[in-house]
Amino acid sequence: MGADVFHSEVPLTVNGEARRPTVDHRSTLLDVLREQLGLTGAKKGCDHGQCGACTVLVDGRRVNSCLLLAVSLEGREVITVEGLAPAGGDLHPLQRAFVDRDAFQCGYCTPGQICSAVGAIAEARAGRASHVTDPAADVGAPVELTRDEIRERLSGNICRCGAYPHIVEAVEDVTR
Amino acid sequence: MKSFRYLRAHSVEEATAAHAGRPGSRYLGGGTNLVDLMKMGVERPRTLIDVSGLPLDAVEELPDGSVRAGAAVRNSDLAAHPLVRDRYPVLAQALLSGASGQLRNAATTGGNLLQRTRCPYFQDLAKPCNKREPGTGCGAREGVHRDHAVLGHSPQCIATHPSDMAVALAALDAQVELHGAHGRRTVPAADFHRLPGDRPDLDTEIAPGELITGVRLPAATAGLPSAYRKARDRASYAFALASVAVVLDVDGSLVRDVRIAFGGLAHRPWRALRAERALVGGPVTEEAFGRAVDAELAAAEPLPDNAFKVPLARGIACDVLRRLSTAPTAA
Amino acid sequence: MPDTTSALGAPTERREGPAKVTGAARYAAEHLPGGLAHAWPVPATIARGEVASVDDTAALAVPGVVGVLTHLNAPRLGEADDATLAVLQDARVPHRGWYVALVVADTLEAAREGAAAVTVTYAEEPHDVTLDAASPAAYVPEDPDGNPDEHTRGNPDEAFAAAPVRVDVTYEVPPLHNHPMEPHAATARWEEGRLTVHDSSQGATAVRQTLASLFKLPEEQITVVSEHVGGGFGSKGTPRPHVVLASMAARETGRPVKLALPRRHLAAVVGHRSPTVQRLRLGAEADGTLTTLIHEVTSHTSRVKEFVETGAAVSRVMYPSPHARTGNRVLPLDVPSPSWMRAPGEAPGMYALESAMDELAVALGLDPVELRLRNDTRTEPDTGKPFSSRHLAECLREGARRFGWAERDPRPRSRAEGPVLIGSGVAAATYPVLVSPSRASAHAYPDGGYVIRVNATDIGTGARTVLAQVAADALGVPVDRVRTEVGSTDLPAAPLAGGSSGTASWGWAVHEACTRLARRLAGQLGQQLPPEGVGASADTEGTPDTNYAESEYARHAFGAHFAEVGVDAVSGEVRVRRLLGVFAAGHILNARTARSQFIGAMTMGLGMALTEHSTMDKAFGDFAESDLASYHVPVNADVPAMEAHWIDEDDPHLNPMGSKGIGEIGIVGTAAAIGNAVHHATGVRLRELPITPDKLVTAL
Repeated sequence: MGADVFHSEVPLTVNGEARRPTVDHRSTLLDVLREQLGLTGAKKGCDHGQCGACTVLVDGRRVNSCLLLAVSLEGREVITVEGLAPAGGDLHPLQRAFVDRDAFQCGYCTPGQICSAVGAIAEARAGRASHVTDPAADVGAPVELTRDEIRERLSGNICRCGAYPHIVEAVEDVTR
Repeated sequence: MKSFRYLRAHSVEEATAAHAGRPGSRYLGGGTNLVDLMKMGVERPRTLIDVSGLPLDAVEELPDGSVRAGAAVRNSDLAAHPLVRDRYPVLAQALLSGASGQLRNAATTGGNLLQRTRCPYFQDLAKPCNKREPGTGCGAREGVHRDHAVLGHSPQCIATHPSDMAVALAALDAQVELHGAHGRRTVPAADFHRLPGDRPDLDTEIAPGELITGVRLPAATAGLPSAYRKARDRASYAFALASVAVVLDVDGSLVRDVRIAFGGLAHRPWRALRAERALVGGPVTEEAFGRAVDAELAAAEPLPDNAFKVPLARGIACDVLRRLSTAPTAA
Repeated sequence: MPDTTSALGAPTERREGPAKVTGAARYAAEHLPGGLAHAWPVPATIARGEVASVDDTAALAVPGVVGVLTHLNAPRLGEADDATLAVLQDARVPHRGWYVALVVADTLEAAREGAAAVTVTYAEEPHDVTLDAASPAAYVPEDPDGNPDEHTRGNPDEAFAAAPVRVDVTYEVPPLHNHPMEPHAATARWEEGRLTVHDSSQGATAVRQTLASLFKLPEEQITVVSEHVGGGFGSKGTPRPHVVLASMAARETGRPVKLALPRRHLAAVVGHRSPTVQRLRLGAEADGTLTTLIHEVTSHTSRVKEFVETGAAVSRVMYPSPHARTGNRVLPLDVPSPSWMRAPGEAPGMYALESAMDELAVALGLDPVELRLRNDTRTEPDTGKPFSSRHLAECLREGARRFGWAERDPRPRSRAEGPVLIGSGVAAATYPVLVSPSRASAHAYPDGGYVIRVNATDIGTGARTVLAQVAADALGVPVDRVRTEVGSTDLPAAPLAGGSSGTASWGWAVHEACTRLARRLAGQLGQQLPPEGVGASADTEGTPDTNYAESEYARHAFGAHFAEVGVDAVSGEVRVRRLLGVFAAGHILNARTARSQFIGAMTMGLGMALTEHSTMDKAFGDFAESDLASYHVPVNADVPAMEAHWIDEDDPHLNPMGSKGIGEIGIVGTAAAIGNAVHHATGVRLRELPITPDKLVTAL
């Protein structure tokens, strides 16, 4: 398959590696990761931005890869759950904490939960407020990730197995 | 989803010219709603013009004291911007009560305004919907409509607009900047979205090919006490059953000025002008709040399964008015 | 009590954990064989009638589309026990969403476009999708023993009329959807007449049996793999249409085919919890002793399959009363086929019974914990059999102590923090102990390692881990010496992960195989093991011990839920502040994964109470809330401090591990505890789930 009016070659970085897939313009980042690049860590739970299982980091920010057209990502840096830990190295601290806390059962939402948590921790450190942050808090000051903050910030990731309390504990393990 | 061409625009002019030259074009922002609708077959563009990389990604103060947010500013960046958090807390709160952290990181200011209703009949191609396909009827009116409009609906359409951000913009007297083949214009945010009438297919006043380039937040509402409250079926990541944005200026025991807009009740953010008129110059009392909100909601025409929205909207509006009027005066 | 050196009971870490957190674990749709094609199904857009014509011209013209299967060209399948698996076999449309075509294409994008381009016309017939408990078409089905599913003791109606204290109330539970995070998916390929399928299933053995019958193949020519499964909650308990469609398409196209169902299709084709209308009549003496209990449940089913949501069954187990009538009725409608959803029958049934018990406590002016204690029993009311163990009272007392129940002011609407009304509620839980025959093998190898093989399915319960623990104890070796292989029909046949019976069924066979292996090894002490190892196998089929139906004991797990809620008096929004469950479910085999199962099920119960519902659209015959934006599964922010505790039971009448099932009891009673807490907080008794702001804001 080559580039034509309905397909484009898209140079981008995935987990630190330069890739140039030729993508159908209709393909989402999620489908390119899963079907073309063999990276099935990001999951398809709803395909409509309603569950968070497909969460990855693009230029360091967490996003739903099911709603991002791959063709629009030229030059962007994508990190999936497979790229969080150094190759052959130990687990990322959040991955370790999820195992320690048994913060999942079926595991299908887990890669999205972990990528989302990586993004959420960075957002809080950058002083970004959430719906439950006191509006009177200092603008720009790092937000302390209380349990209520973690719950709100990870509410874009549905876990049908109901591991939420353990997910909160796992995030606390790496933020305290 | 049919195949489509993809173009990346590098300037506003390039984008609008490309749109004018290609029938069936759509602008692509964050894609969080457009791609969703394309997968359902509701949107069927022949060309996507990617405007997410246009230099419309700044939030800046203008010489007249107003604040301009570019259309490509992501919802999360807008909510986090010091100018917004300091001066327009209602906008930051509205943004943060919508969607999820991931969606806010992708969704843009312009795209948020242009998102379509979440009415299930609109989203299902096998069902009648005058908004999606004029003349086919409305499945919701006689069907499942707990989440639908109680104000300003028409026989053709009872859909609600899903945005939280737009409700805050309506209450702040923000302006929407548009750029089209015939030049620039601005439209008040409160008038940007339409009531359905007999053209429910038209959500907004935007003309074909026009591009939203930004929103202007006026100096007049900067720094006033303001807040957003949203009632929903779960604690987060859900559309509003009803929501309210309030900007309140109190002078001692009198209301100097007030702006109220409801979400989740109508085809557009519902600016409560009647309630505002009833309150301005009057006393800051719970009775006055209740009377004013009742006067506004007297126009409600609930359907069999959504009458609850009237007391719900009344309750949250009075609660926010009371909280803002008793809070220590903001800076 | 277990000795402290045993593997069972320890909080052993989940074995597949690292694979799941790194994305290495592969699910059914994550296999990419060469030449893979993608399939996309076409759902019917009428509620009842027949397909009149199919025009696939436009679909076949879509670049990349390789074929369109419909009832006109699909191969004839063999006999299906389950009519929902007879896909594309005839023109009949029994409900909206029934699949009428399948498009196969080189890419996912082309398959989706092709599916949208198939034009189907219908001969539509009038439909009826309204659950009316008074409908004359509702009937009493047979219970699993073949008897009418209505049991009567004494003279319940007369006793009710004569009871000093009475409650006569009707509860409604809406349609609910399993919505596992992994949508149903299968990747199928045929190689020289052999079929290999990766399926998202709770039990690959049954999937293979079914495919063998449908495709008229010996089972040996089929391998079904369910290595990692992204949840099921009953909806993957038996084969679903996707696995048949994928296998059919792979055979017809000669290519491997992957079919992952779109989320929006699930509500119509993978089963749902039927809505129930439940009338409860409780009669009691002034001291709270129940004299009569009448529990009548009506649910719906489809035209093609009888599935009964047996809500009244719990009232045969919980409380003794000299007079009782417990009956399930079902009404066939033009609706999608309902099926198992976590604690089918028990979850809605206990919502109604335990809410009615709360209403009775209020009517009596009696503490609801005390009311339940006064109606405790050592024998199963319906059968008169003694319970093998029943520690309901201990769960209630322990829960009350941990929760601080004694400090509760029993008056409704007696506590508030600003506009938030605070209340607490209690409810009991129960779930039967089930077991099925299973095979397993155990091998010892010269390197000192052991391998357990059993076609168990790990749908998230941690089956690999707990079976290793079972084996380690039976072999008397450390657990890290034992490897477990599960999730393939190439392994010894085993029943599904369902009915909270997986661990008991598989574990029994594993225990048996390991015990035999240990005996063999003991006979070869000091000898070098051959390179291929030494093995033993077991099959618990026909073991009298596993035949609970013929047993002299009634076996059930019990529990108690305590909930504290805050109700916003302005908006009617309810948030759970605390949820605490105490369970008595035999010996808990893995403290870590068991806790996850309990709190997970309690979370689903929280959803049932407050957020989850769908609405049958009368005009169109489908569920209006078919996606995850409108069907509200609880999110993290909905779930507060949650605690699960247990009372370790020493019950000699169970399996060799001494365990009862734990996967479902956590959802049973949760909704009642929360609903009862809402009543305590507000003084408002809502009898229709879920308790959403629309209902509460107008009632406050």
